Amino acid sequence: MDLILLSRLQFAMTVFFHFIFVPLTLGLSVLLAIMETMYVRTGSEDYKRMVKFWGKLFLINFALGVVTGITLEFQFGTNWSRYSAYVGDIFGPLLAIEATVAFFLESTFIAVWTFGWNRVGRVMHCASIWIVAAAGSISALWIILANGFMQNPAGFVLRNGRAELESFTDLIANPYAWGEYLHTLASSWMLGGFFVLGISAWHLARGREKEFFTRCVRIAAPFTLAAAILTGYAGHHQGQNVAILQPAKMAAMESHWNTQANAPMNILVWPDQENSRNRIEALPVPGLMSFIAFNDSAAEVKGLSDFAKEDIPPVLPVFLSFRFMAGMGCLFIFIAGWAFLRRRDLSSSPLLMKLLPLLIPLPYLTIMAGWTVAEVGRQPWIVYGLMRTADAASPVPVSSVVISIAAFLAVYSLLGAIDIWLLCKNARKGPEPAAGAQED
Amino acid sequence: METIWFCLWILLWAVYFALDGFDLGMGTLMPFLARNATERRIIVNAQGPYWDGNEVWLLTAGGATFAAFPAAYGTMFSALYAPLLLLLFCLIFRGCAFEFRGKASCPGWAAAWDACLFAGSFLPALLLGVAFANLFMGIPVDGDGIYHGNLLMLLNPYGLAGGVLFVLMFCYHGAVMLDIKTEGVLQSRARSAAYAVWPLLAGMLAVFLIATAQFTGTFGRVAAHPVLYAALTLAAIGLAGSRLALGRSALGSWTGSAVFIMGLTFFGAGGMYPNLIISSIDPAFSLTVHNAASSPLTLKIMLAVALCAVPCVLGYQAWVYRLFSGKVTEKSIEKGHSY
Repeated sequence: MDLILLSRLQFAMTVFFHFIFVPLTLGLSVLLAIMETMYVRTGSEDYKRMVKFWGKLFLINFALGVVTGITLEFQFGTNWSRYSAYVGDIFGPLLAIEATVAFFLESTFIAVWTFGWNRVGRVMHCASIWIVAAAGSISALWIILANGFMQNPAGFVLRNGRAELESFTDLIANPYAWGEYLHTLASSWMLGGFFVLGISAWHLARGREKEFFTRCVRIAAPFTLAAAILTGYAGHHQGQNVAILQPAKMAAMESHWNTQANAPMNILVWPDQENSRNRIEALPVPGLMSFIAFNDSAAEVKGLSDFAKEDIPPVLPVFLSFRFMAGMGCLFIFIAGWAFLRRRDLSSSPLLMKLLPLLIPLPYLTIMAGWTVAEVGRQPWIVYGLMRTADAASPVPVSSVVISIAAFLAVYSLLGAIDIWLLCKNARKGPEPAAGAQED
Repeated sequence: METIWFCLWILLWAVYFALDGFDLGMGTLMPFLARNATERRIIVNAQGPYWDGNEVWLLTAGGATFAAFPAAYGTMFSALYAPLLLLLFCLIFRGCAFEFRGKASCPGWAAAWDACLFAGSFLPALLLGVAFANLFMGIPVDGDGIYHGNLLMLLNPYGLAGGVLFVLMFCYHGAVMLDIKTEGVLQSRARSAAYAVWPLLAGMLAVFLIATAQFTGTFGRVAAHPVLYAALTLAAIGLAGSRLALGRSALGSWTGSAVFIMGLTFFGAGGMYPNLIISSIDPAFSLTVHNAASSPLTLKIMLAVALCAVPCVLGYQAWVYRLFSGKVTEKSIEKGHSY
């Protein structure tokens, strides 16, 4: 098999697996911080139980997020050494800064938070979870600045046969990266919100701990709604960034072949990349694509036929992922709004109460789809317009990569299954009974 | 500037070995020192608040390699593909073992994770030793950074000597840390282990140094930079001092052991200077701090980041070590908030 394809497969597999755990860490940490702040302000033991219950789930999830993250940093060396040598001058520092300013903070204060209930005061304990939440967001910022460079390279100059850093400020002011960051962060908050809503609804549907879980819903519902709206807004904004900075990706997202002004959006589309056209194209809404991309229904949208064939990403997966993501994004705003309206008494709407637990996996799938749009849509480039993916892999034997993929598959399936099992088990168990809660 | 970064690069690895070394050592010793479930929990919780923060030093050392010497990063990690991924898998299982072993109570659950903890501690110690010894000796990479070898070639006598040295070094370090963190019968067992491992460690160090003179160009390069003998001397003083303090001051003994580990890292890795990767095919293919370094601007920015961030990190990590100082006992883990 092809070395490039295998290396991509391995990276995609490991990064997707890692990203099962990351958004919940980002989202739930903020919710935990809010809950613990309520505990500190009111002194109510109910909030402490809340922090302990969700905190246990948080830690189970956190563990796999940490250990699967390490392999990603090292894979740039093991599997993408040509890439590392060519853009390492710019890309390496971003990863190194992520470790020094974020990972240390996160790993140290998660220990204070986990083990420190009896060792630090309430305020310091609460501050630690805020620090963990902040550190997670800071780490996301640096890794997305790194990804932003791959999407829209900025602040570099070609010198000495490689890309060298020219302006650090241009590198970290990359508009693509900031749009992507906001979208990623907001969607992670939303995922965390739906996680809390779903598990709370599951218990409420069984009539367990009504007061406790209603209180959780009342905290999570407004948070989820705000995050869902922000996700949509940031996504739209980022779409407009893509339209300007990565027109080929934009055209693939819409499966748009012929450059035209006042471009319509077709409700029904099925791409046919081989013949550079759509097999199905029906129900056009006039000017909508132009309007969404440029806020101007008369604007010209570049079509895929205007790009050289070797510069076009795989259209079908990008197109489908984008449609799925955008559709789900709208659905989430609707459901979050519904939950917000019913937050005081979820049991008044049995349908919503049954729906929310089933919805837990959907934000995960949607975030995966979003990353598929961003990363597959970037192809055939590893750094957009600068370096092709085909030139980036390590010169390692194909057999090594086959073995490591098999090992990743085995280990990750096992650990993923164990993790989900532990999450379900502990989520179903519910909070410790109030009287028996571990008081110290 | 490249030389400053070379020193910083070694420093990050040295700090990683000195900190996570005791975790890896404790995990390796656990099956031999703990006789029941409570004692195993005590050993796990003796590393509980620290292992994650310590492991980040590895990530930072990796990240600094990437940032400061990107060409060397790519070549080193792709050449050491199999051992590096094996190391990462081990660390994955170790991390999960900490977090998961107490989260379910089906039969065999904790035992299975304890086996992972042992393997996830012993194998990384061994692999790090093997990898570094091979780097000291030189690996078969050509001018295009293509590695002409396989995993078995890394398991040569010198590489294995490095592996055994690292395992003993970390076991000793872990035993001394357990002396600090435990009490009663477990503490006395840990101390006996330290007494027993020390002569093995000292003997292995002598063997390794003789082998280094035999198989590598380290001493030739060190002769050009005699300051590295100071690192070796410091290592020897640390090792001897640690033995003298054993049984008198556990903290003093641990400090001596840490000085030993850091001194030895500086001597070994510093002995490659100016090389980062020594090609055993042709010295002309070697990657040096000059031909593998990042641009001056990147090195300058990273130096500023390191000078600002690393002291802060050391500060709050030291605070956490103080916060959780004190013995881990049966009583302290019963109160909850432990693994």
